[in-house]
Amino acid sequence: MQSYDLAEGSLRALNQALHDLKGLTNMTDWEVLNPRGAHAIAAGLDAPVTVHVRGSTGYYCAGMNKQATVHIHGSAGPGVAENMMSGTVIVEGDASQYAGATGRGGLLVIKGNASSRCGISMKGIDIVVHGNIGHMSAFMAQSGNLVVLGDAGEALGDSLYEARIFVRGSVKSLGADCIEKEMRPEHLALLEELLRRGLADHKARPEEFRRYGSARRLYNFSIDNASSY
Amino acid sequence: MCGIVGLFLKDRALEPQLGALLTDMLVTMTDRGPDSAGIAIYSGAADGLGKITLQSPQPGEDFRDLDADLHAALGQPVALRVKDTHAVIELPQDQIEAARSALAHLRPRAKVMSVGDSIEIFKEVGLPREVAARFDLARMGGTHGVGHTRMATESAVTTLGAHPFSTGPDQCLVHNGSLSNHNNVRRELIRAGMRFETENDTEVAAAFLTHRLQQGASLGEALEATLSELDGFFTFVVGTRDGFGVVRDPIACKPAVMAETEAYVAFGSEYRALAGLPGIEAARVWEPEPATVYFWER
Repeated sequence: MQSYDLAEGSLRALNQALHDLKGLTNMTDWEVLNPRGAHAIAAGLDAPVTVHVRGSTGYYCAGMNKQATVHIHGSAGPGVAENMMSGTVIVEGDASQYAGATGRGGLLVIKGNASSRCGISMKGIDIVVHGNIGHMSAFMAQSGNLVVLGDAGEALGDSLYEARIFVRGSVKSLGADCIEKEMRPEHLALLEELLRRGLADHKARPEEFRRYGSARRLYNFSIDNASSY
Repeated sequence: MCGIVGLFLKDRALEPQLGALLTDMLVTMTDRGPDSAGIAIYSGAADGLGKITLQSPQPGEDFRDLDADLHAALGQPVALRVKDTHAVIELPQDQIEAARSALAHLRPRAKVMSVGDSIEIFKEVGLPREVAARFDLARMGGTHGVGHTRMATESAVTTLGAHPFSTGPDQCLVHNGSLSNHNNVRRELIRAGMRFETENDTEVAAAFLTHRLQQGASLGEALEATLSELDGFFTFVVGTRDGFGVVRDPIACKPAVMAETEAYVAFGSEYRALAGLPGIEAARVWEPEPATVYFWER
């Protein structure tokens, strides 16, 4: 295992070393010590490696991730896994605002709670939150899946496109054009798979969730509005 | 941007270290606010005594013989402690108003930063590390304090535009964000008799709270009222003689993280600010909820 202590080395040197892994395969297991809330730890990775961050991180940890698995053994600051392309990010604690924002692929698992704007503008990422999520989550979410084992805050899925949202607990309020939808067998199968991948299959069953999605009244062109354009 | 830090001690054994802990927290928030920095520290005073913190652009001239001049004006001795551009006057509590009137004539250039039983405020333009060093903040003790690093958006980078703002005895407020209805609220508060030193939006928030408190509201009620009466982005941290409070606007864009142990309650704009606190590994760390008032009192 490669161990890097941020109390001794610089963040820039760590990220450069991780970026240099592109194409290499013999240093696949990394550990980062003393993160102390630093920004952009392990951001921009593009290699099939695993990075264990031993503590809490600041803004944008594992942002733009491709291929890598980043495991945060603490809580994550704003924008964890922002714009992730592929790979896996696991947060053992809580995540701050806009976790997984604009994510295009991969899997984000938050074992604690996520705060406001979780999955805002998500575009294909799968997000599994074991706890609760805050207000304005999945705002303008385009595709991908957001699974919440706990409760959702105000204005869930406001101005939603085609992302799917599954919530087990209560929803404080739904945002504009977000509605509850029927849970069909294919959704239960999808959710079973998401819970398994999201390390939550021992905590919840697919039948316990409700599904939310777009009513498709807001973003579709309607001929009745033609004179407005 | 802007950075906020706050520390409310529950364990009296930590009181001598308050300034050192707050200074470290403040310096970690430098890249959120490199324009200016300030700190309000509640360090108490002997029984029956109060404090006035003054600031002057020409401290050499203004603070020379100030204790003697005040002694002559009040007919009572006062103690004067000069720290760079600021000076703390210790005097009997019942002389505070008389001293403020006298100071307006004796030293018209000097500004009152704070008055109260316990509070002292030090703030200046410059990097937080330099500001902290100028006032020797790390050597100050106290029960609780708040600090701010400023990246100015709504008014000029000046000493008086730096935070904390104090608009009432032992009260202070720091702010991350910007208010959009501050001109209107300022006009209403001026009609209600409040006085303002700057065009700054945060001073309006501080005066809003002071006015509500004067009207008989509890601090919790006054903080609650900011949610309906102030429009804009804000995370506020406030201090009173015995307490420490936090409130965020309902949208809560401005970051905030808190930590609590047996020994303290701490606030930081980011976790980085808390990472050096003793026992942080075992602390309860959480993000304060939007539109929710938090308050601790001793």
